[in-house]
Amino acid sequence: MIDTLASAVLAEPVNSPGWFLVHAIGVSMGIVGLIFFLGTAVGVVRFPDFYTRMHAAGKGDTLSTMLMLTGFGLVMMEDFSANSWLLLLKILGIVLFIFITTPTSSHALMRAAFEDDEMPLGEEDLNKLRKRRAKSKSK
Amino acid sequence: MKEWFAIIMGASLLVLMIPILYRIIVGPTGFDRILCANVIGTKTAVILVIIGTLFDRVDMFVDFAIAYALLNFVGAIVVSRYFNRTVPLQEMEKDKAKPRRRLKA
Repeated sequence: MIDTLASAVLAEPVNSPGWFLVHAIGVSMGIVGLIFFLGTAVGVVRFPDFYTRMHAAGKGDTLSTMLMLTGFGLVMMEDFSANSWLLLLKILGIVLFIFITTPTSSHALMRAAFEDDEMPLGEEDLNKLRKRRAKSKSK
Repeated sequence: MKEWFAIIMGASLLVLMIPILYRIIVGPTGFDRILCANVIGTKTAVILVIIGTLFDRVDMFVDFAIAYALLNFVGAIVVSRYFNRTVPLQEMEKDKAKPRRRLKA
């Protein structure tokens, strides 16, 4: 009932310029999320230490997931029926959930690693790393 | 256009998961492995929404994604609690005496 009423009042053709704008915003949000995830992947491979890797993984993962899910929610919208509003609301619910839980779990992991005597790299470790890099370059 | 966006997005997500899988396999400590498994689990929620787009049943797959994100969070918390040894107060004094292990670079 609500669905038919809402669609009768608010329905617009999908090809109108307003919808094109919404879909373009969704697609660009997805692409920006992919760029952030590329940053996460590069950081996880190249950083020397557990804590620095956690910096890349925690931040980039949270923001890229939020951006990609929101972009997909916008691309999914095709009319103003109750069903598509419910879908957008559910996807925003996942976004809110991830916004809360991913920092929490990385905080808990960091805490566990610190209690487990996993120390960050110190000055002499970094000097060793630099020497090793210089050696491998001179070869 | 929607289908192509979903396909390209999912394929590039899968390709970008390969370096993180590398860190899971060769990661020097267990915490690296847990962290990267957590990253892949979070991205699986996105991939579930993408699969829902391709099957045209997004309303159903979004519920799967919610359940998957919840399980991922609970798994990370449980594993970090498992590694987080709670030490009694008397032993903590003894622990302070011994030097902390350093990472081998």
